[in-house]
Amino acid sequence: MVNLNVNIKGLKLKNPVMTASGTFGYGLEFEDFVNLSELGGIVVKGTTLLPREGNPYPRMAETPSGMLNAVGLQNKGVDYFIKEIYPKIKDLDTSVIVNVSGSTVADYVAVAEKLSVLDAIPAIELNISCPNVKEGGMAFGTSSRSVEEVVGAVRRAYDKTLIVKLSPNVTDITEIARAAESEGADSVSLINTLLGMAVDAEKRRPVLSTVTGGLSGACVKPVALRMVWQVAKSVKIPVIGLGGISSATDAVEFLLAGATAVEIGTANFIDPSVSVKIVKGIEEYLVRQGCHSVQEIIGGLIV
Amino acid sequence: MVVKENIHIHSKHALLKLSPSDGSLLPPAEPGQFVEVKVEGEPKTYLRRPISINYIDRDKNELWLLVQQVGAGTSRMSEMQSGSIINIIYPLGKGFSLPAEKNGKVLLVGGGVGVAPLLYWGAELKRQGYSPEFLLGAKSDKDLLQKSEFEAIAKTYYTTEDGSEGEKGFVTNHTLWQKEKYDKLYCCGPRPMMLAVAKMATRLCLDCEVSLENEMACGLGACLCCVENTIKGNVCVCKEGPVFNIKELQWLI
Repeated sequence: MVNLNVNIKGLKLKNPVMTASGTFGYGLEFEDFVNLSELGGIVVKGTTLLPREGNPYPRMAETPSGMLNAVGLQNKGVDYFIKEIYPKIKDLDTSVIVNVSGSTVADYVAVAEKLSVLDAIPAIELNISCPNVKEGGMAFGTSSRSVEEVVGAVRRAYDKTLIVKLSPNVTDITEIARAAESEGADSVSLINTLLGMAVDAEKRRPVLSTVTGGLSGACVKPVALRMVWQVAKSVKIPVIGLGGISSATDAVEFLLAGATAVEIGTANFIDPSVSVKIVKGIEEYLVRQGCHSVQEIIGGLIV
Repeated sequence: MVVKENIHIHSKHALLKLSPSDGSLLPPAEPGQFVEVKVEGEPKTYLRRPISINYIDRDKNELWLLVQQVGAGTSRMSEMQSGSIINIIYPLGKGFSLPAEKNGKVLLVGGGVGVAPLLYWGAELKRQGYSPEFLLGAKSDKDLLQKSEFEAIAKTYYTTEDGSEGEKGFVTNHTLWQKEKYDKLYCCGPRPMMLAVAKMATRLCLDCEVSLENEMACGLGACLCCVENTIKGNVCVCKEGPVFNIKELQWLI
C-alpha cells in the first residue's frame, strides 16, 4: 500500500492531485465522470466580493496543444457562493479550496474573512495572477511590493492555509514567490496562464474580445515545470505545481521538480475524468519505482 | 462508440452513424442536445468538437452526427472509416421544448449544417402528435443536406440564394410566411439567419427557440468560455443551452 498523503502547512490532502480553479466548476459539474472523493482537493472557481459578468464573448481561442481564455473572473460573488454553493459542497469527501480574487486589497481581505468562518473550507488560493481583468488580478502579482501588500493583509485576516497563485508573466518568479513567503503565505501555486494572443488573419481582427488572453494546456508545461523547479529551490514553503498537466507522468515530473502537490486544469476539458486517472497513475508509478510514499519523490529530481 | 457508417453526403459534409462499441443501448437524449468529440491524431485539434445530435435511430441503436468540414478537426472526423473508434461525451446541454399548444403546427427553420438537430426534433414532434414542417435554406440546391430524410418526416419548403431549389432568397423571404399560420418556430443555422428568423417571430408574435453555436471548450459548464448574454446575464451555452427561447436572449430584436 502506497501512502499518497501530503500536507500543505496544515492542509491535509489524501493525495497530491487537485483540480485547478476555473477548470472544474464547483466539482459537481463533473460528478458523472469523477468520484470526487478520490481527489486530493478541488480548487473552485475564482470568487470575488461582488458578482462579475466577465468579459464579452468571444472568450476562447484554440491554439496548438492549448487554448487562450479571456473569461475575466465571471462569478456570482462570495455571498452567493456561501449561500447557494457552499451547502452543496460542504460535505464532499475531499478538500475544497476557494480561489479568491479582487480589484483592491480590501476586496481580497473581505472575501478571505467571509470564507474563514466556513468549516469545510480549509484553505484559500489567492489569485494575484489573472491576466484577464483590468484592475487587480495580475497587477498584484507582478511586483514584489504589491504581492507583499496583498498577501500580508490577507494573512492578518485569515488564519487557515493560505496559498498564493503566481503569475508566470514576470521577469523573476522566484522573487515574487519569496515576497509571498515573507508575508506569511503557507504555499505558492504556479503557474497561472501565460499572457498570449490570437489573430484571425482573414478578418484582420483579434480572436478574443479582449485582444489578449491567458494561455493554458499541454503547450505551457515546459515553462511551468521550469518555474516550479526554480521556485521550489528558492522558498521553504510547499509548492503546488500546475500548467499543462495531462497525465500521471506529467504530474510525477512536477513532483520530482519539487512540487508537493499538483493541480489539473485544462486537461479536464478534454478528458473530464483525467484527474482521478492521474491519482491512480501516480500510485502505479510509485509501486513501479519501489516507493512506499509519495514523499519519497517530491523534489527527488537527480540533477 | 464505433463508427458503423460514414456517408459523404456532400463535398464538405459527412454523416457519421455511431453505435456503442460495447453493444449497450444508447442512453436517452433530447433533440437539440449535442456531443463532444475528441479528435485523435490531429495536433491542431486540442479541444473536443461540439456536434449536435442529427438523429437517433433506436431500431438500429445508431446516433447520427452531421459533420461539416470547417477546420482540421472536423476534416479528420469526416475521414473516419467504419469500424474505427470515436471518443465522445454525450448527451450534453438542454434541447428543444415542446410547443404550448397540444397538436400545434410548428415550423422548423434551418440553414447550412444547422439543419442537423432539426431532423431529430422534427421526427420527435411528429411522433408526439404535433404537425411539424421544415423550411430549409442554402446557397444552392447542391448545398441542401438530407433532403430525402426531411421530406420523409414532413412537408419541407426550400429557399436557395440562387433559386436552384425552392424559392429564391433567404428563409425569411419565403412566401409561406404570408400563407401559413404556425404556433411555434424553431431555428438553427448561421447567426445572421437566426437573428432574421427571431425578428420575424417577434413581428408575427410567435414563440421561437433558437439553437446557438458559440465556441466551446469544456461542454460541461465549467470553463465559462461559450457564454451568451441573456436576461440572466452571461450563461453557458453548453449547459443552459444550446437551445434558448428568444425571449431569454439580449438580441435587441
